[in-house]
Amino acid sequence: MNGEVAKAPELYKDGRRLDGRALDELRPIKIEARVLNDADGSAYIEWGKNKILAGVYGPSECIPRHDQSLYRSVIRCRYNMAPFSGLEEHGKGGPSRRSKELSKVIKEAFENVIISENFPKTQIEIFVEVLQSDGGTRCAALTAAAVALADAGIPMKDLICAVAVGKIAGHMAVDPSKEEDNFGESDMPIAFSLRTGEILLFQMDGLLTKEELAKGFSLARAAAEKIHKIQVDAIKKVYTEPKEERLLLIK
Amino acid sequence: MEFINEIKRDVLSSVLKTGRRADNRGRYDYRKIVIQPEILQNAEGSALAAIGKSQVMAGVKFDVAAPFPDRPTEGVLSTSADLLPLASDLFEAGPPGDDAIELARVVDRGIRSSGTIDLNSFYLEEGKVLALYLDIYVLDHDGNLIDASALAAMSALLSTRMPKVEDGKIIRGEYAGKLQLKEKVVSCTFGKIGEQTFLDPSLDEEKGMDCRLTLSTTSTHLCAAQKGGWGSFSERDIMELLDISFEKGKELRAMLK
Repeated sequence: MNGEVAKAPELYKDGRRLDGRALDELRPIKIEARVLNDADGSAYIEWGKNKILAGVYGPSECIPRHDQSLYRSVIRCRYNMAPFSGLEEHGKGGPSRRSKELSKVIKEAFENVIISENFPKTQIEIFVEVLQSDGGTRCAALTAAAVALADAGIPMKDLICAVAVGKIAGHMAVDPSKEEDNFGESDMPIAFSLRTGEILLFQMDGLLTKEELAKGFSLARAAAEKIHKIQVDAIKKVYTEPKEERLLLIK
Repeated sequence: MEFINEIKRDVLSSVLKTGRRADNRGRYDYRKIVIQPEILQNAEGSALAAIGKSQVMAGVKFDVAAPFPDRPTEGVLSTSADLLPLASDLFEAGPPGDDAIELARVVDRGIRSSGTIDLNSFYLEEGKVLALYLDIYVLDHDGNLIDASALAAMSALLSTRMPKVEDGKIIRGEYAGKLQLKEKVVSCTFGKIGEQTFLDPSLDEEKGMDCRLTLSTTSTHLCAAQKGGWGSFSERDIMELLDISFEKGKELRAMLK
């Protein structure tokens, strides 16, 4: 930010957060499945001001061959931010250290649920493009990618979803926005398989007590139930209201 | 896959002789075009353009930059294109290849040489100008990415807000009116198989065709051109296709608001 230290806004006042939300309240989430023509599966998510597109290819022949497994499909993931996605300066080309790390942890979450042993010698590719970012993009990206995988008909043990919890002005709060993440005390993205209760992605930074961690888990789990329902509805809609053409319609 | 393209060429050629296309279009018809401007809020300008099943997004960002030494009072215009791997199994992740660079440069030339953007208006102070970054983001590939990209780019520019600048710095999230444009630049891309030309090649047609010709026009002038592929055009071809480009250009410009 031009080298100046921005002044922290008041994040929590009179029971409301900066954008008027309660501590356990998610930003509005909208998911549209099957928006691309060439990809085997696709989904577009709007999560607050985040706008993210996910596309899936596969299972297809794994190239190069030395990456193949005789036992399972190789899962690949690329999380990428568009150079125009942020409010700040124009993004640099090519993957950053951050986007490589996020690609890795998202891939590992899906390795748990994709029934990859059904497809030896193949690859399944997950591509996520962040078109507009506003905090919580990895969770929104994983949530959209899960819907795209389901749209591609890839067998999974569960439709997983993710949400972050943060500590803002001393309170645990679900789904921190960009400002809350920047000026808050802690950020903790979590992906769940709700069917089994397992945690498949888990990251955290900042400072939390054990009690705050427990509070964070319960907030995140309750929010994940709501997100999961939106995912299921998006996939159902593909079949209950089939569209004549696949077109990405924004806003 | 060479032989498949040979078969495609034969089939396309015989279909074209009937005066129609494989998807029942006329020779100089576009597929359905949908343009959505102002789809993003963080970018200064944005748009999504679809031609048939091809979908292309364009985003505009401004930064403060140093001018080129030989043009110290002119702003910078930088266009790049990403053929995203989710758009087609023909695309791979990684640095831009030949096709992406050609796409970006053809779109850039149309905008630049039409003079639609007054780059002198981007001058801030000695050694400081505004740089406009135009990013073309291909989301879905079913042929004729050049025209889809040109439409997305023009629509994004038409919706672009100028950033507010104070003390040589951009104040993010605040704006100072719209980007002023002098012209609406559009491009028309034609394919050729044997002696037959046609507008707006689909991906199938691109695979089978001998060559392509892109003509970018303003309402009065030709402002950029690019021939691609191994085949050839005659002078007469190019003159005829320019007439069609001006005609079709009116329709395309009417879709750009």
